[in-house]
Amino acid sequence: MTRTGWIDILPLIVLAATPVAVMLAIAVRRNYFVSTAITFGGLVAAFVMLPVVSAQSDRQATALLLMDNFALFYMGLLFAAGLTLVLLSYRYLKAHPGNHEEYWILLLLATLGSAVLVASVHFASFFLGLEILSISLYTLIGYNRMSAIGVEAAIKYLVLAAASTAFLLFGMALVYGEIGSMEFAQIASARGALDDGQRVFFLSGLGLMTVGIGYKLAVVPFHMWAPDVYQGAPAPVTTLIATISKGGMFALLLRFFTQIDFRADDSLFWVFSVVAIASMVGGNLLALLQDNIKRILAYSSIAHFGYLLVAFLAAGDLAVTAVTFYLIVYFVATTGAFGVITVLSGPDRDADHIDDYRGLFWSRPLLASVLTGMLLSLAGIPLTGGFIGKFYLVAAGAQTSLWALIIILVATSVIALFYYLRIIVAMYLHPSEERRDVSVPGVASPTEGFVLLTASVLAVWLGIYPAALLHIIPAAIR
Amino acid sequence: MILTWLIVEIFAGGILAWISGRWSRLWPRIISLVTLSVHMVVMIVLWVHYFGPMSPAPHSAFVIETSHSWIPQLGISYHLAMDGLSMLLILLTNFLGIMAVACSWNAIQERVGFFHFNLLWIVASIMGVFLAIDLFLFYFFWELMLVPLYFLIGFWGYENRTYASIKFFIFTQAGGLLMLVAILGLFFVHGNATGVYTFNYNELLGTPMSESTARWLMLGFFAAFAVKLPVVPLHTWLPDAHTQAPTAGSVDLAGLVLKVGAYGMIRFLVPLFPEAALDFSSVAMGLAVVGILYGAVLAFAQTDIKRLVAYTSISHMGFVLLGIFAWNELALEGAVMIMLAHAMTTGALFILVGDLHGRIHTRDMGRMGGLWQTAPRMGGVALFFAVASLGLPGLGNFVGEFLVVLGTYQSNTTMAVVATLGLIVSVVYSLWMIQVAFHGPNQHAWKLPDLNLREGAIMATMAAIILWFGLYPQSILATARQSITNLQQIVATTRPEEKTQAPVDAPNVVLPDEWEAP
Repeated sequence: MTRTGWIDILPLIVLAATPVAVMLAIAVRRNYFVSTAITFGGLVAAFVMLPVVSAQSDRQATALLLMDNFALFYMGLLFAAGLTLVLLSYRYLKAHPGNHEEYWILLLLATLGSAVLVASVHFASFFLGLEILSISLYTLIGYNRMSAIGVEAAIKYLVLAAASTAFLLFGMALVYGEIGSMEFAQIASARGALDDGQRVFFLSGLGLMTVGIGYKLAVVPFHMWAPDVYQGAPAPVTTLIATISKGGMFALLLRFFTQIDFRADDSLFWVFSVVAIASMVGGNLLALLQDNIKRILAYSSIAHFGYLLVAFLAAGDLAVTAVTFYLIVYFVATTGAFGVITVLSGPDRDADHIDDYRGLFWSRPLLASVLTGMLLSLAGIPLTGGFIGKFYLVAAGAQTSLWALIIILVATSVIALFYYLRIIVAMYLHPSEERRDVSVPGVASPTEGFVLLTASVLAVWLGIYPAALLHIIPAAIR
Repeated sequence: MILTWLIVEIFAGGILAWISGRWSRLWPRIISLVTLSVHMVVMIVLWVHYFGPMSPAPHSAFVIETSHSWIPQLGISYHLAMDGLSMLLILLTNFLGIMAVACSWNAIQERVGFFHFNLLWIVASIMGVFLAIDLFLFYFFWELMLVPLYFLIGFWGYENRTYASIKFFIFTQAGGLLMLVAILGLFFVHGNATGVYTFNYNELLGTPMSESTARWLMLGFFAAFAVKLPVVPLHTWLPDAHTQAPTAGSVDLAGLVLKVGAYGMIRFLVPLFPEAALDFSSVAMGLAVVGILYGAVLAFAQTDIKRLVAYTSISHMGFVLLGIFAWNELALEGAVMIMLAHAMTTGALFILVGDLHGRIHTRDMGRMGGLWQTAPRMGGVALFFAVASLGLPGLGNFVGEFLVVLGTYQSNTTMAVVATLGLIVSVVYSLWMIQVAFHGPNQHAWKLPDLNLREGAIMATMAAIILWFGLYPQSILATARQSITNLQQIVATTRPEEKTQAPVDAPNVVLPDEWEAP
């Protein structure tokens, strides 16, 4: 590898070195604050490396990784999400008994895995990134090993993720068998030359890969793990799954399938359409039946990825901008919503039942206002980024005349209002007598307050003046 | 610039009212009243300046306009503009806003700050709807009014408020999202045809498109407006929402939210899709007539007095729909007149019913009767607004309904004849309501305090305005005339066959300009 090649992957190197540094620090002396600081510093350093890389002319670092603007932009997004998670997790973990320095190692590794995913242009790096991400997630989900549902969730995730990885690998093997290359660019150029017999295997391979990717994104019908894992995992880890894990995977989906021009095959287009429709309908309908806020948000996230698939399927000029903008808005709203849950959660259990939020507006008006704003953003109500984001998704779909999908998106968004409004209404009701005790008074620590404030400002700012971000995105990802 | 300030003032007033609610119950009320009153003064000054008897004829369609680039990537601009039609509706919005604050002065004692925040944000977003000329901005304000309305019904409403508020939200949101799809469809049809991607209303007018595209897009807009108006069979949210909302909410719903639907049809639906609307007009007029009769008959069947008033709205808004799709000068002026007069009468009736509920704690007419003896002022006022609502000549509603029927007669005689039946049924339910609630023996031996000074002042003001509308409608219609003419010209240029559309055998009624004056 050339010298510039090393510079290209500096953010990844920094991110890989930080967990080592944390481990060494733990070996010298266990100190929660120091390990947190190293983690935070590592993520900031990785973030700072991004402009350094973008100054490079040739950014193909080996055949595995392409650090183009798309990758750098998404890495920036992932690192920012990682930093937020550090701020969100700090008090939450401290309130739990035991040593928590290893948590940061896992968090960093998960971010690293996702960052590798967004830069990968080769099946090997794709698989590598995915596994780094998954293995840290197995542990993170069961991080609170005293909690029965936490351990159950971790086992469930482990089994299903391992199965889905098998599908993915088999799919990759089939594609490789027909094309003879694992590079995305080679696959894209060689696919046209396949004869009918080969195409069957090639398409089956892509179909099996879709299963693997679908599991990670938790789209219907590969969503079964999501509600249990969302509920069982500690609130900050749930945030990580909802943002870093799914975001990185969606970026890869966007890159790989756009590059191989999936719209050239009707069958793939139909597969993704069916998945999108099933996710929008299934996610929104099942969310109606839940009483647990984490489960509601799990199903809502399933639906959101259904919406995102609509724009992905549109694949017009607007599509990539729309998807990126929507992902950012979704990151902000999800982080904000889970941030409030984190603030209200104590060492005994997470505040995840809807009754925990009854009358929240009267006891914690600011927290309730933030959560209201985030839910309205997820529901796509004006003055929040979610409104502009949904508008953009529908615009991207309309541009390539996907009317049926758009109508379903619109109809299911209406259903979604039910469960978002249900949480909001609960917060504004007067607290009932039998209100379940939330063991922690629910005062945000300075770091949590900072995250919630930033999320609120961003959600409103993106809703009122999205032009600035919309100006940056097309330039940044081209 | 002044348009921006007019909207921002109310939004800011709402936030201030919310904040002040933390310390006091009085301050939110005072802040809201002052905000809206200042706004009203400015609006009246603007009205006299631009549409007064001394002011010159406006040289362009819009008298005040402000435009800034907002999201240039999609051709979205922050574009507000005011013409006579918007002016009238904003004056109405502002006035009813003041009435809503006044009528809930004592009735609302919980979460006063948040209540007034919602009230002012509803008023401000509705004004935004009446001013927005960019379709995205229009949709933005259209959606923005829903959340505060939802809170208003959901928190301060009556016993069944949660059901009513969610039903209202879902219905209007579903209609709104269909409109969003239609707006985007229009955006891309226009962009593909001309290469200019924009949400600017003025540029989107006259977009060339195929017949079936126009029909589908028009139906998307119609869905949103028809839910708000409401058009039977999309009306089922209305009786629930109006009945369960607090008085101020009912006033806003009946007086303003329904008008937003009618305004959307006049400003956007017909001008943007003239031919599709013409093809659709017989269906729409049929729905209108069904709504007029259905609403009236169901109103008569109610025992809940507030629900009765709610159903009368469906009937009256049927006339508005009829007038809009008849699309000639008389019918449109009539539709605008009904919008204004209906807002006044129904608003007043809701306030009155609210006052009554505050005294006897029931809306069941079976438990009323003979109230005139104990509260004669209340009875008199109720009679006044009931006869206004049934269309007694000399009061505002009569002018509107008469003009609509007259205008409709020119384009569709059958519809006009059937619609007239609605006027008869409205007499039945209005007088029946007065009969049951206020006349007869006082079986339950009610002893009520009569209207107090505040309530009396509200009623007197609204009654005076209804009289003004009825006796001198020319002053109102003159403001709207120029914009109606402009809209008709826009439509006429794209449907040249318009002139020949009127049945030859229909008498061509041409009235002198001053005929409305007594």
